[in-house]
Formats: sequence, C-alpha cells, structure tokens
Amino acid sequence: MSKEVVITGIGAVSALGVGVQPLWEGLCAGKSGLRPISRFDAQGFPSKLAGEVENFSARDLVPKSYRKAVKVMARDIELAVGAAMEAVSDAGLVTRAALDLEADPASASKLTIPSARMGCHIGAGLISADADELAAAMVTSKDESTSEFDKARWGKSGMENLTPLWMLKYLPNMVACHVTIIHGACGPSNTITCAEASGLLSIGESLRVIQRNDADLCFCGGAESKVNLMGLLRMDFAGRLAPTPAEATDGSSVVRPYDPNATGGLLGEGAGLLILESKQSATARNARVYAEVVGFGSAHSPRRPSYRGQRGIAADFNPAEPDEGFEFAIANALDDAKLSPSDIDAVVTLGSGVPSVDLGEAGALKKVFGSHLPDIEIVTVGPNIGNCMAGIGGLLAAVATKAVSEQKLPARLNAGAPVNGLRAGPAPARSATLRHVLAVSSSLGGQNAAIILRPARGI
Amino acid sequence: MASEPRVVITGMGWVTPLGHSVQSVWEALMAGRSGVGKISRFDAATFKTNFASEVKNYRLEDHLPSAEQHADAGLNAKFALGAAAQAFRQAGLDQPSVKLNPRRFGLYLGSGEGTLDFDNYAAAHLAGWDESARRVSGQKWAASAYQRMNPAREIEQEANMTISHVAWAFNCRGPASNCLTACAASIQAIGEAFEIIRRGDADIMFAGGAHSMIHPLGITGFIRLTALSSRSDEYTTVPRPFDQTRDGFVMGEGAGMLVLETLEHAKARGAKILAEIAGYGSSADAFRITDMHPQGDGPKAAMLEALTQAGINPMQLDASGRPPIHYISAHGTGTKENDKIETAAIKAVFGPHAPKIPISSIKSMLGHLIAAAGVSNVISSVMAIKSGWVPPTINYKTPDAGLDLDYVPNTPRNLTDQGGVRACLCNAYGFGGQNDCVVVRAV
Repeated sequence: MSKEVVITGIGAVSALGVGVQPLWEGLCAGKSGLRPISRFDAQGFPSKLAGEVENFSARDLVPKSYRKAVKVMARDIELAVGAAMEAVSDAGLVTRAALDLEADPASASKLTIPSARMGCHIGAGLISADADELAAAMVTSKDESTSEFDKARWGKSGMENLTPLWMLKYLPNMVACHVTIIHGACGPSNTITCAEASGLLSIGESLRVIQRNDADLCFCGGAESKVNLMGLLRMDFAGRLAPTPAEATDGSSVVRPYDPNATGGLLGEGAGLLILESKQSATARNARVYAEVVGFGSAHSPRRPSYRGQRGIAADFNPAEPDEGFEFAIANALDDAKLSPSDIDAVVTLGSGVPSVDLGEAGALKKVFGSHLPDIEIVTVGPNIGNCMAGIGGLLAAVATKAVSEQKLPARLNAGAPVNGLRAGPAPARSATLRHVLAVSSSLGGQNAAIILRPARGI
Repeated sequence: MASEPRVVITGMGWVTPLGHSVQSVWEALMAGRSGVGKISRFDAATFKTNFASEVKNYRLEDHLPSAEQHADAGLNAKFALGAAAQAFRQAGLDQPSVKLNPRRFGLYLGSGEGTLDFDNYAAAHLAGWDESARRVSGQKWAASAYQRMNPAREIEQEANMTISHVAWAFNCRGPASNCLTACAASIQAIGEAFEIIRRGDADIMFAGGAHSMIHPLGITGFIRLTALSSRSDEYTTVPRPFDQTRDGFVMGEGAGMLVLETLEHAKARGAKILAEIAGYGSSADAFRITDMHPQGDGPKAAMLEALTQAGINPMQLDASGRPPIHYISAHGTGTKENDKIETAAIKAVFGPHAPKIPISSIKSMLGHLIAAAGVSNVISSVMAIKSGWVPPTINYKTPDAGLDLDYVPNTPRNLTDQGGVRACLCNAYGFGGQNDCVVVRAV
C-alpha cells in the first residue's frame, strides 16, 4: 500500500522577507513586497515594479565550507539553497550540512535520515545569465569600427573572459544539485521546468516517490527569479505584466486577482521548499508535523501555444472559457484524495492579475466547486509577492501549510473587483476551520498542478 | 507487486543527425555512420571546437500535417513534434477507430530550452554596456532589446514550450510534466511516465525529450567546461567513447519520443507491442557540481534500483547461461571521466559478468543529444530487441587501461545465435550528479 506523507519542514524566501515567518506574518498583516525595481534601472520597461528579495545572500546561510560555492550560484540557486537551509532546521533534521564528515566519518551516525533515502525535487525556470558578467566578457569581442559583436574574436579568445564554470551557474538542475550536495541527498532527484506549475508538480513528484517507498524524505518546491533584464523582457512579451507609470511605488494596487478589468501581473522572485516525509519516518523520530498531503493532480490545458503579435501568449485561448487543464488538475487531486468538492475550505492560488489567466481559472473553479464555491475562501499571494514563476508553487504550498496548521487565513489584498461568486475581495486575517486546503497553479504554457493538505492527525 | 500493471512501448519516433525516422537512424547506426560535421548553424571557424552533430534538412511538415500551427516553435519543439507524430502513428493512435480519452492521455518530457537568439542577445548586451560603471544600463539594454528581439522567439525559449506544443498537437490533457536534468532528462521522463502509468494516473503517455544547444553560447559554455572534444582537425574520428584517446563529447541535437501504455490498454486496442519498460532507477551523486563520484556510487545505485524493480539479480545468469542483461546502452559520452566511472559502476553492479555484456555508446555516431540522449538509448535498445543486433561504438582504436569491457568496437554485432537480445539497460547521467536508468525488456 502506498505510504502516508506529511509535511515536517518549511523554508521560504520572498519579497516579504527571508524565512517563512516574514512571509506568513506579512501576508496576515496585508503587506506587499511589490515595489520599484532597485536591482537595475527598469525605466526602459513598461513594467517597473516587482517583488525583490532584499538583503539576501546564500553566503550568510550555507555551511562555512560551502561559502566558496556561492560564487557559482545564479540568483535562483541562492534562493533555493537559502530556503532549503531553513526547511532543514525547521524540520529538526541533522543533514551533512551540520557535520564534517570528512574530518569525522563516524559522525554519519548523527544523520537523521540516511543519504540514499533523501530525495529532492525542485522546480526551476530557464535561468538568466548575469547580464553584467556576460556583457563584461562580450565587450572584449566588440568590433570598434562597426560597434558590432565579433563572433570570430569571441571564438578565438573572447570567451576566455568567462569563468570556466560559467554555464554551471545557469543549468536549471543546478538548483537541486546544490541542495543535494549541501545536505547529502542521494535519493531520487528531479528538476521540473513547467513555469508556474513547476513547484506543485515537484511536490507531487516527491509525494509519489515517498508513497512508492523510493525515499523516506524529500526536499520539494521551486525557486526562480525573473527579476532581471531577460526575465522582465520575456514576461512582458508574453503579456503577463502590467504597465506601470514611472512614479508608481505601490505594486499591491496593480495586481488585482480575478478582476476582469485588471491590467496584468508583476514579477516576484522567491523560493518555497517543503520537507515531505513519510508519516512512518516522522512518527519514528517524533517530528513536529504541520499537515498531511492527501492528494495531487496535474493536467494539461488544451491551449495553442502561439504568439500573435499581441499581448498574451495564448491568442486562441478564450478567457471566457474555463481553463480545462486547471479544472482537471483540481479534479484529479480530489479523486486522488478521495474527496468531494465540498470538503475543500480554502484554495491557495497566485491570483496573477492577468485577466485571461484569472478568468480561465475562475471559470474552472466554478465548474469544479459549483454551488460550493461561494463558501470557499480564495487565498491569493500575487498582490503581496508577485509571480515568482517556478518559485510560486512552493510558496503557495508553504502558505497552505501554515494556514492548515494554524487554522487561519491570511489577509487578502485586492484593489479591484473580482468576478462574482469568488471570495477573493479584500479581507483581514481571520481564524477559520480548514478541513482541507487546496493549492493550485496554472502556467504560461498550459501545465497545471494541484495538491490537497489537511491538518495532521493521529500523530 | 504482481498486481501492478506492466507498461509497454507501442510507438517510437526519432529525429536525429542521422535521420528523421526510427528506421533510417537505426540503419545508420548499424552501418556505423557518424553525424558529425563542421558547424553550419553559425560561423564557428575560430571556436576551439568548430564541429557538431547537426540535424540536417528537417522539415516539420513532412511529419505533421498541422505544422503551420507551430511555425513559431523553437527547433527543439519542432524536433519533438516530428518524433511525437511518428510515435503516434506507429502506435496506431491516428486510426479513426482509436478513441482516446484526452484526460487519460498524459505526457512527461525531458526537453530543453529553445535556441538562443544569439546575435540579438549579444547586440543588446553590447548596447547596454556602460564602460565607466562596468555594468549594463537597464535603460540602454531595454532600448536595444525591444528594438531587436522577436517576442515569439523569446517566449519559445522557455523550457516548458516543447511540452505545450506536443500537448496541443495531440490533445493530451492528462498528467503533464517536463523535467530538465541536463543529459539525464529524457530517461528520467520515461521513468516517471512509467511510474504514473503504473499507478493508474494515466492510460497512455508520450515520454521522451528534445534539445538543441548548437548556438554560440551553448558551444561556448561546454568549451569553457572543457567537456567538448576539440579535435577540430580530425573531427571525423571523434567522439571516441571508451577509447584511451577520448577527449570529450560532440554536441548533437534532436528528439526521441515513445508512446507508453499499460499492457492491458495496448492489448484492448490491438496495438503492436514493441517492448516493455521493466524498471526505473534514479539517484543523485550529491558530490560535486563538476565531477562525478569517483567510485560511481550514484550510477551504481540507479542501475541497481532499475534492475531490482525489473526483478533482475545482476549477479545471476539467466536460464541460457548469459548475464541477465544482454545489452547496455551506455551513457558513454567520450569524456575522460564519464567513461571511466561508468565502466567502474557497471563492473560494480555486474561483478564477474560485466565483461560478458555487450556495451555500446551510440553517441559515438549520433553525438550527444543532451536532454534527448537518454530516450535515444531506449529507442536503440528496443531496436536491438527487435532485430537481435546491437549497435557499435565507433572511433574505437586504442584500449584504455582499466576500461576492459566489451564495448562492441566499430562493427555492429549479431546476437541472434545466442538467443537475441531480450533485456537491456539504458543509462543517462547529467551534470550535477543526476543518474537515471531504465530496463527495457522483450514482451
């Protein structure tokens, strides 16, 4: 029989701060981390606000022996590594990170979980190369007479201005790779790259790996930062971002979840990682259990991936139509958990502020939950932390986990008017009876994933 | 575990530097042909490595009637669509009598990102560079980028666009995922699709991968890592997997796709069964970002897990007195490190039987298809099972000390007299210590 799986640790890095507490407390206080982009001059872009993580470096968090390796970490990797450090400590785990196995091999007996029984599934995106670093190398191959890039010079010698390990900063699987090295996780490991669906797909995969007894514990979630030149450009091209006036400073009023008249979303950066563990393992080590993962589902939307020169990638995707992939992912998760729609008390979503996305999701929620929908609280984080792409699913799961474990709903920001029948308007933080909470995300491209959590019981 | 359904392969498709169909690629592999040539995609004359294994003369419309709907797709997505169309047809899914339930038709790909629009990308970086500040001005960069870059081409580079195209073209609405674990990606995708079907979450799935990194920055990245062969003067003799003089891999590109379904589902619709996926293993080295674990612990763990799931004891001979695996489709990149460690790991798993197992690297002919490498090993193994022949490792001249297994040097081998090929092991390892293996078996 498949094993029961619980959540024993959470790690988060977001625009609301470094850690799960700042995220949860910030959400409960109705704070937003969406502000003018400070990392580079964004005045040349239509969308000039984003959710940046401030005062963060993985250097401050990793074991001393690993500090040097931070130099070969893209921002996305640093975010995940930071979240993983917190999740491990939150779960009360002793991993390789806390030991010096080379100097003292016998200390391996102190490891909470054997290496081979720890897996790692972290969603990632297409990581952007650091523009300053790359441009500094590229200008050495500029033909001064034409001001153009001279590929012949680059091939001959210019590329030597890039550090030999340059590419390893940007391979998506290096996100999980660093986490597995730091913590000695030698079990099944994967890197799912399905944009906003990546994080929940990764949590679903960890769930299955533990259920089929291929690991006792997994790191899972996602990390990404598209708050950089290429990321901002591409997401603007994709029609996902709201244009913002040069003087705008408050992003929370820009991102208006499920409002048909909203103008678009804003980017964020972040990582959300959970420690998923078999109930058996958690019980044996007397771990604190936040919640149980009882269902997972994924599905693909029937959506033509085409760009037609207009804002919005899915020109043939009718926003008035329910997003069938979003609907099926939720239905599959309900089937997996053997639950009916009326068993769900809250739904945690991004709430992107992109009408074509949000209306498709709203239509799907109506189809799945029918007459129950007005009773279901929608928790949206878009106005607070922005769209963290592959990082968002893990952050949604972290929020859902806190909500289930504290039986509390965070405050909800919404400067717009959400479609009728959806409890997505502004609200303060409040206590709530949450029997089951669903976290779900749809992606640019049509992948969808959903998980269902319930309070820990019988432990 | 007898109650768990068996998962079979009923369709395959292949777009590679050696041809655009399973049959043509297989014939080329059996003839020991190489796909390696000078890079034509861009002028690489001054690059330390100026050769690669490129897909030539490929037209999506030859494979997919609805090709114009995917006009904006990147090269990798176009390769994947062609391979998927072939697999779909071979599985008989294009027959009007077949009524698939889209909700039970999933896909799990290990596909890479789209090809970088290098010239415009470089131009924006130059335009944005502020020499006095020694950094890029966002304003200047954006002005150049918005003027030069093509929106569709940029969006199509996202690593989930290949799966989006395939799902749309074939109406897959079931479980959907894409992994990108470097060179291990498509074996991992096959393994996870196998698990999804076994669990009953889908009846039928596409599984495979696609990739193309033959662009100036892709080649640059691997040159800087010293992972590529740099024998630009003798490019017709590389890569040289398992040979003492091996000096790196040769960049390839392409796609491979399988149709996987339960044995029951395949039988019920009268599909022709090609082989089954009998086991899957996955592990992480958790060692270093650049080097493999010196004892090959990760690859060993992945192989053992896949064999165990298939019910195969690697130390036990089969009923005919042969080792229980008849062919290993090796990762065999042709780098110093991989081939040495893979050999050591195979020896550790099969002990005294290791030298009796034919092992070959089809990368010696195809080049390294990166994310699509693993599925290529699986397709090649299925063809070995069907034909009784195993493909060679070409460019093999000088044995290396300690690398003393049977690498099927230079000519293909006919195993039909020994009872053919009934069980194969397929390996794929990725940068970052990702190890994935599947066992493919005759049904």
